[in-house]
Amino acid sequence: MANTAIHHDVDHHDDHHDDHSLEAKWGGGERPWKASYGKLMMWYFLVSDAFTFAGFLIAYGTLRVSMPAWPVPDFVFSSLPGDIHHKPLYFVTFMTFVLLFSSFTMVRAVQEGQRENSKGVVFWMILTILGGIGFLACQAWEWNTLISKEHMSIYNNPFSAHTEAGVYLEGDGHDIKEGDTFEAGEPYLIHKHNGEWHNLKYKVTEGPDAGMIKEQSLGPKAFGALFFFITGFHGFHVFSGVIFLIIICVNAATGLYIERKNGHEMVEKIGLYWHFVDLVWVFVFLVFYLI
Amino acid sequence: MGHVNIQDPELLEIERTGFDDHFHEHHHGDKYQSNFIMHYIFSMDHKIIARQFLFTGIFWAIIGAGMSIIFRLQLGFPEESLEWLKPLLGKWIVVNDGMGKLSQDFYYALVTMHGTILVFFVLTAGLSGTFSNLLIPLQVGARDMASPFMNMLSYWFFFLASVVMFYSLFINTGPFSGGWTAYPPLSALPQASTGSGAGMTLWLVSLTLFVVSVLLGGINYVTTVLNLRTKGMTMWRMPLTIWAFFVTAVLGILSFPVLASGFFMLMMDRGLGTSFFLSEIFINGQALDRVGGSPILYQHLFWFLGHPEVYIIILPAMGLTSEVLSVHARKPIFGYKAMVISILAIGFLSFIVWAHHMFMSGVNPFISNFFVIFTLIIAVPSAVKVFNWITTLYGGNLRLNSAMLFAIGFVSMFISGGLTGIFLGNSAIDIQMHDTYFVVAHFHIVMGIAAFFGMFAGIYHWYPKMFSRYMSESIGRLHFWVTMVGAYAIFWPMHYIGMAGVPRRYYSFEAFDAFKHFDDMNKFITVAAIIVFTAQLMFVVNFVYSIWHGKEMKEKNPYGASTLEWTTPIEAGHGNWPGKLPVVHRWPYDYGKDGREYIMQTEAMGEDEIAGDAH
Repeated sequence: MANTAIHHDVDHHDDHHDDHSLEAKWGGGERPWKASYGKLMMWYFLVSDAFTFAGFLIAYGTLRVSMPAWPVPDFVFSSLPGDIHHKPLYFVTFMTFVLLFSSFTMVRAVQEGQRENSKGVVFWMILTILGGIGFLACQAWEWNTLISKEHMSIYNNPFSAHTEAGVYLEGDGHDIKEGDTFEAGEPYLIHKHNGEWHNLKYKVTEGPDAGMIKEQSLGPKAFGALFFFITGFHGFHVFSGVIFLIIICVNAATGLYIERKNGHEMVEKIGLYWHFVDLVWVFVFLVFYLI
Repeated sequence: MGHVNIQDPELLEIERTGFDDHFHEHHHGDKYQSNFIMHYIFSMDHKIIARQFLFTGIFWAIIGAGMSIIFRLQLGFPEESLEWLKPLLGKWIVVNDGMGKLSQDFYYALVTMHGTILVFFVLTAGLSGTFSNLLIPLQVGARDMASPFMNMLSYWFFFLASVVMFYSLFINTGPFSGGWTAYPPLSALPQASTGSGAGMTLWLVSLTLFVVSVLLGGINYVTTVLNLRTKGMTMWRMPLTIWAFFVTAVLGILSFPVLASGFFMLMMDRGLGTSFFLSEIFINGQALDRVGGSPILYQHLFWFLGHPEVYIIILPAMGLTSEVLSVHARKPIFGYKAMVISILAIGFLSFIVWAHHMFMSGVNPFISNFFVIFTLIIAVPSAVKVFNWITTLYGGNLRLNSAMLFAIGFVSMFISGGLTGIFLGNSAIDIQMHDTYFVVAHFHIVMGIAAFFGMFAGIYHWYPKMFSRYMSESIGRLHFWVTMVGAYAIFWPMHYIGMAGVPRRYYSFEAFDAFKHFDDMNKFITVAAIIVFTAQLMFVVNFVYSIWHGKEMKEKNPYGASTLEWTTPIEAGHGNWPGKLPVVHRWPYDYGKDGREYIMQTEAMGEDEIAGDAH
């Protein structure tokens, strides 16, 4: 392929005049932002990918505001490995830190690449790859906990929140005891025993329905579907990023990029992708875990 | 440069004054066009890829238009037997007592496929794919696309999408039949209709591949325009074709991914049982346990692509028309900068009007107001363009060849179809008009016929650039007049039918006494459609025949055009220019200037010369 693709990097031959005027930049025969075509194409791909994620997050917002009740993230995401509970957002904070730290190591890899130091590139890229794998491992644990322990799936979502105040008429053997009172907006999780949902009965104490006896209902299905779909789609991006990082790391180790003499541009391009995936996570984190 | 042997005086001039990008130093022993497969099939040359897009587009156009003829037969002649179509359609023609009728399921499948094929495969890939590929590198003075390899992938993803869609036409349950917009629940529940099963799955797979193709292509076009313009080719010296392709590609990059996100959620709904787009659905009286989703959400995601998509279709046609009009009127395009700004304005506005497709879907009427206003504002840049085209023609030394006729026809169609857009853009009038034949007439004229006219203008005009031969002019003109008169004959009456409230997509109007008196009009439309379709077949014959037997192209610049594509050798090889790249000194529309008929963009400005675009 190398001899068939057209070589566009004309600047290596150009006399490097330092003319930064608008005319010189946009006058043709010159790259307006001094960025190679490959880097520009990565940017445009990322723009398009951002629009895909925007579509998902808008779908999330639309469905969420159409629901009367929505699970409370501090309550849903509060487990830690080792059967520890009631630690809101501790775990997701850790995995977010892992991913953001891998962005930092990526920056160092790009920097070493510009210095044409392949060894440094490989070292920092390996750390980045480990960060990516670490994030994916955390996500796997989180999914597993939600699916097998708490029985949340794309079909059923046992997490919800009360829309009115009341008092429980029975306990669930976990955190809720008979006679516990709750306010509107208080979250709950319906447990599953022997394959049956155990919806607790409660008496409404305030509002128009005061005095009525009701039963906890399962939360909005869209929560589970959206959570697994969007974090899954993001996780797939991280996964493919890790694959590309490994390939490029191997190439860097073999000295391929030293030969190209372009400041390890492939490392820079995958770096752009990696930072983008991090940035998307910040938004996913915001809508699923914080709001 | 010793190995480049150039005799042509103009190319020698480029060699003397041109811009050396050291292209040939990289290409010693270039095995690029070494064998048939690499040259014609897995080609990375933009000129070959352009022709691949064009051939595939023509193939789909014949199928898509042929489908419309079949369902027009049903609409025009419901009482006639269609048994003679049985050899072609098999079980989709149901014969009872010697009376062959088109199956209703298949009627909907035909309507759906007609829309999908024409919108995506013909007028997106076939139009923008062909001409962006052919003209961007040639007119900006580049060797090829930024990434020829991704450009090749772009075509092959389109090819794969085509194979999958073509396959879906032949499966037992038929292709998807829920309308080209694929609204849920018909698209989300495999049990909803016969076409909603395997047909819809293949439709989704095909169009997802198509999104990949558009993105690969679009990213390439934008990068090429920004990074690979030759020396002197500033943005304000680009021909309007390039501006149009550039903005088209930007629209594609921003809108197709959103369609993809809708598609991914639709796949989840279909395959995994989520309910993103489903809520409160009853099947055979049974409530479906799929609640909490929103079918309107899908419509928003779809039309966020769907509306820019109509500009993805029409902008390339506008660009081609501008160029052809100017060259054959022997006049500079009127208001070049206004034209560019209009393209940009249309591109921007196309993103904030999508809900005008959903006035009757249950969106909030107050939100509709917002979309009405922006929709009507699009009339401003559109009108600027129309007046500029007309002013370009005014007082011109017109050459009424086939390309020019189709370009003028484009302007006519765009005006006729654009005016009815003002009706439909108003949410109040839309209550009466929505989902009637008025809508069908509007969009067929403004973005169907008009886009085809732009495409035809482009094909006739650049045919010699693609095949070094000319198409037959007399057949071309006949093709134009039949199509021009015929297209109005098809779609003009539909406005009246639509205003009377006749709904689109209906298989039969037998049950409606109020629509009885339109029977003859429907017959007339069907006959006109058949005549126009025949004229297109004539075009295809002309097109194919001329590749080998057309009049040979003897001079490099037969039209006396000023743009760069006419400075390449007649049979331009890989890299387009044999030696250096031409350098650009002026805007592309110096026609009839200083007593000269035309001045090439490569000609240096005279000492006291005032630039043609300096106003």
